[in-house]
Amino acid sequence: MITLKHIHKAYAGKTVLHNVSVQFPTRQLTSLIGPNGAGKSTLLMLIARLLKPCSGEILINGRNAAHYRVSEYARQVATLRQHPQFSLRLTLEELVAFGRFPHSRGALNEEDRQQIDTAIGFLGLDHLRGAYIDELSGGQRQMAFLAMTIAQQTDYLLLDEPLNNLDMKHAVQIMRALRRLCDEQGRTVILVVHDINFAANYSDHILALQGGAVRFCGPVAEVVTRSRLQALYGLDFEILRSERGFVCNYFNPSDQEREHEQG
Amino acid sequence: MIRRALPLLFVLLCSVSLLVGVKQLSWAQLFAGSTDAWLTLTASRLPRLAALVLAGVGLSLCGVILQHIVRNKFVEPATTGGLDAAKLGILLALTLTPEAGALGRMLFALVFCFACSLLFVAIIGRLRVQHSVLVPVIGLMYGSVLSAIAEFHAYRHNILQNMQGWLLGDFSRVVQGNYEVIYLILPIVLLTYLYAQRFTVLGMGQDTARNLGINYVATASLGLLLVSVTVSVTVICVGAIPFVGLVIPNLVALQFGENLQRTLPIIALSGASLLVACDILGRVLIYPFEVPIGLTAGGLGGVLFLALILWTRR
Repeated sequence: MITLKHIHKAYAGKTVLHNVSVQFPTRQLTSLIGPNGAGKSTLLMLIARLLKPCSGEILINGRNAAHYRVSEYARQVATLRQHPQFSLRLTLEELVAFGRFPHSRGALNEEDRQQIDTAIGFLGLDHLRGAYIDELSGGQRQMAFLAMTIAQQTDYLLLDEPLNNLDMKHAVQIMRALRRLCDEQGRTVILVVHDINFAANYSDHILALQGGAVRFCGPVAEVVTRSRLQALYGLDFEILRSERGFVCNYFNPSDQEREHEQG
Repeated sequence: MIRRALPLLFVLLCSVSLLVGVKQLSWAQLFAGSTDAWLTLTASRLPRLAALVLAGVGLSLCGVILQHIVRNKFVEPATTGGLDAAKLGILLALTLTPEAGALGRMLFALVFCFACSLLFVAIIGRLRVQHSVLVPVIGLMYGSVLSAIAEFHAYRHNILQNMQGWLLGDFSRVVQGNYEVIYLILPIVLLTYLYAQRFTVLGMGQDTARNLGINYVATASLGLLLVSVTVSVTVICVGAIPFVGLVIPNLVALQFGENLQRTLPIIALSGASLLVACDILGRVLIYPFEVPIGLTAGGLGGVLFLALILWTRR
């Protein structure tokens, strides 16, 4: 269980998160949504311990995250960030093998090798094992980094905008893989996602931030409503439900809204 | 193929290196048990070969460690100010504590090189604009400043000519009894192998390193310390040798990737081979005189480096 208590974070005097207290349900997929500058990524980086909160505390399994050793934390929480500047010439298999570092500290044993194979197989990347990361397409690269994070075998997975710059097919592949990680392996997944439709269709839980504070939080069925999304994004929403899921349509305002704007 | 050919090439170069020199030496004489031939071998040729191999291995490993810490392919001790800082250190040792001897000079070089490298990495980390060519440019400017201070100091103490003499990489001074400090590179090589995986992770960036449970600052500092020891030892023993640390890791990365645990042996062997080859070249070019290795390595390395830039841009 990840619990945040009265988290406050400011950069250079500017408050980014203000008194945030939330709980992330275990073995579920939680999406962090909200407009740009709402503090989503900052919140995720605080949990990942890549940033330090100004005040408040983060509890991982009931223990203050700040009290874990770096090597210990790496076996609890794995973080996937965007890698625009990754320039290391490694093969996919070598990259995934580094996901085992928190466990093996450099010397791979039989179990590590098995976990590497499992992670690669889980995402269907077997045919790319020997390929160099810098020669892969954007979608394949993202899958490769995800495989590394999976091989880390942590209870908690944090992903910062994993769907950025991906085509729909790769985005769906990543979200389905995350879904399976929750359902089949009982992992807790928290991700920042911009596309509300991906959040609504693949998450169990949604946490909406706005201006550094929690706007709303709860199971998808409860919180994906027209009024809530409208207030969050300042757009006119239409929410269609079918047996295949939600479609949140915000592309063109309804006639009624248009008249309202013009009048 | 290359992986198998490399050790053969290395052994071949080593045996040629043993036989080339002003004093005629042949396997026949050695087998005949000529004491004169054996003396040449053990007092001059073998120490020289050992120094060449160790310096080659050390410098190429230095390059690769720095490249992973700074996350830039164009850095090595000569383009990050490390070499100039070592120079400055030695110079200060010469003027402040002339009686300190080689070990004292090495300590000074080590401390200066380490401090200046830390500062360089801190400066690079604070850069807002990340551009791969910017880093070595800043490094070269930084090195020039350090070098200018060193030269000013040397000028004031009337040792400018002297300094230029011993700073140019040259193995002809290496004989039994005055080069042994270079064996310090051996434990450095060992430590680099032990930390190969960590250094690779440093190349993935600070956040990834932390995510994988690695103490970034401590590991990077250790890397810089290893680099500083190697640089100061080689400068003390044989002078400055540019480009080896730059060219070798890049060429190896193109062919074999950058997983250090796998590529370190190849890098080490290639670095040693390049230096031995440059040395042989320097010994035969104007036989019976010698061209200092600083010139041959600088020349050959420069050409290889240019080729590399043109090659990777394509």
